[in-house]
Amino acid sequence: MTEAAGKRTMTLNMGPQHPATHGVLRVELELDGETVVKATPHIGYLHTGIEKNAESKLYYKVIPMTDRMDYLAPMSNNLGYCLAVEKLLELEMPEKVIYARVLLTELTRIASHLVWVGTHALDIGAMSMLLYAFREREMILDIYEACSGQRMMSTYFRIGGLAYDLPDDFDRKVRNILKVLPDRIKDYERLLTDNKIFRKRTIGVAYISAEDAVNCGLTGPTLRGSGVNYDVRKTNPYCGYDKFQFVVPLGENGDVYDRYLIRMEEMRQSLRIVQQALDGMPAGPFRVHAPGIVLPPKEDVLSKMESLIFHFKIITEGFKPPKGAVYQAIESPKGELGYYISSDGTNMPHRMRVRPPSFVNLSALPKMIEGRLVADVIAAIGSIDIVLGEVDR
Amino acid sequence: MEDKLREFFKTVFPDAVIREDFFRNQLSFYIRKEYLFDICKSLQKHPDFAFNFLSDICSLDWLDNPEAADGRFEVIYNLFSLKNRYRFFLKVRLSNEKPEIDSLTYLWHTADWLEREVYDLMGIIFIGHPDLQKIVTPDELEGFPLRKDFPLTYEVPQFSYNKDEPPELIL
Repeated sequence: MTEAAGKRTMTLNMGPQHPATHGVLRVELELDGETVVKATPHIGYLHTGIEKNAESKLYYKVIPMTDRMDYLAPMSNNLGYCLAVEKLLELEMPEKVIYARVLLTELTRIASHLVWVGTHALDIGAMSMLLYAFREREMILDIYEACSGQRMMSTYFRIGGLAYDLPDDFDRKVRNILKVLPDRIKDYERLLTDNKIFRKRTIGVAYISAEDAVNCGLTGPTLRGSGVNYDVRKTNPYCGYDKFQFVVPLGENGDVYDRYLIRMEEMRQSLRIVQQALDGMPAGPFRVHAPGIVLPPKEDVLSKMESLIFHFKIITEGFKPPKGAVYQAIESPKGELGYYISSDGTNMPHRMRVRPPSFVNLSALPKMIEGRLVADVIAAIGSIDIVLGEVDR
Repeated sequence: MEDKLREFFKTVFPDAVIREDFFRNQLSFYIRKEYLFDICKSLQKHPDFAFNFLSDICSLDWLDNPEAADGRFEVIYNLFSLKNRYRFFLKVRLSNEKPEIDSLTYLWHTADWLEREVYDLMGIIFIGHPDLQKIVTPDELEGFPLRKDFPLTYEVPQFSYNKDEPPELIL
């Protein structure tokens, strides 16, 4: 407690072991009674140096590290990196790869939003949501497991396609989700949307105006909650998103409640995209044919000399993209996830920069909570939807 | 859009652009560092361009590379226009001796943390930044990890009995 010039404020450290900070975030709060006078987020407890690490790895060896940034949306991270390297190499993907990637990243968006709705509701007092949301997320993780053999760190997308072909019962499993999930989302909304306590805790809380939101560089549902229409899938379509029909939901009030409504609607729109991608899924190869860059099919490696040589060379030496730098942005569940890859003509990236949506969104936290009550801090942190693995990298 | 931008630089800031680069459909301008703030300011408020969204600031180290002739460090500003849905890059080269550049925190709140991260990891000083301190690495860490001369596989021992004789570097 400090007492200076008749003004009494108290400094309170929230975190880094606070359950509602969703990881190891520390917020230094200066309180006057119950009002937050000043908030300073401290990050870096989870800094793993992924950007530095990537500089000493062959291009394809970076993919498993991208999973570990936003560990709730591994496929989105893979997609951003693979697209960036493919842009550098000027590779065109076969139709099946495009459809499978879109389908899986949209499922990832649903999984990430499910975790968000569960934990956010838990933070502000609705316990049962967590159990329901994780039940549905399990169905999506089952699909990850069927595809890649891993539930969470899938590393399923590769430069030039997919790691393996889609599994046999993929269609059935996804259709099951499409059948079950719309009703379940309705159930969640029945639990939350008109819930008196939930509305009291969220409406008008952590308000940010559209102008401020753009100035703070917010992206994703946090930006769209303020009514700014920016979704990378629509503004700069990548990976064939222009072929799919969906609506980008927009909020009006820029508060926690609007961000919640947007994420719920986004889950529905993602289901729409999944439906279209599943119905339109073409047959064909799951990897592009690019000798020297993309691994040849396994049966060729075992039967043809040239394929064996290429396989060996890619695994040991990698490939050398031309000199230059590219930036590829995708719409991850959290916002604009960008990869800036600079190549100096060797087989490792000269520099890989990740534009992390959580990091930039978190920097707007003081703007949202200063002058408000301490209890709103929890709701605000939840509504930004941060993953500390991505904030710190 | 590319031509409009070229025209803008030619008329409003004729001395600012050193060279331009068009790679994989992405336009970037290498500019002199003195002009950075003014260019960003006029692009942000420009009624036609409206580059009101600073997506990212990142940095490169060109140590031991022929590119380093123009300056060892490169700071990249990633500007996006929500109105035109257009993205381009401003790149500034900084010398090894004086890696300093004007801060953009007066124009964009985003620049605050992004510049702190670049300072923390690459050691570039942003003049005019209100609170330029480390953000992701621990306070005890010396050096700037993303520089190419920062060792990759060696960790600075913080609590080691042989701190005065650190183990041999493995590069």
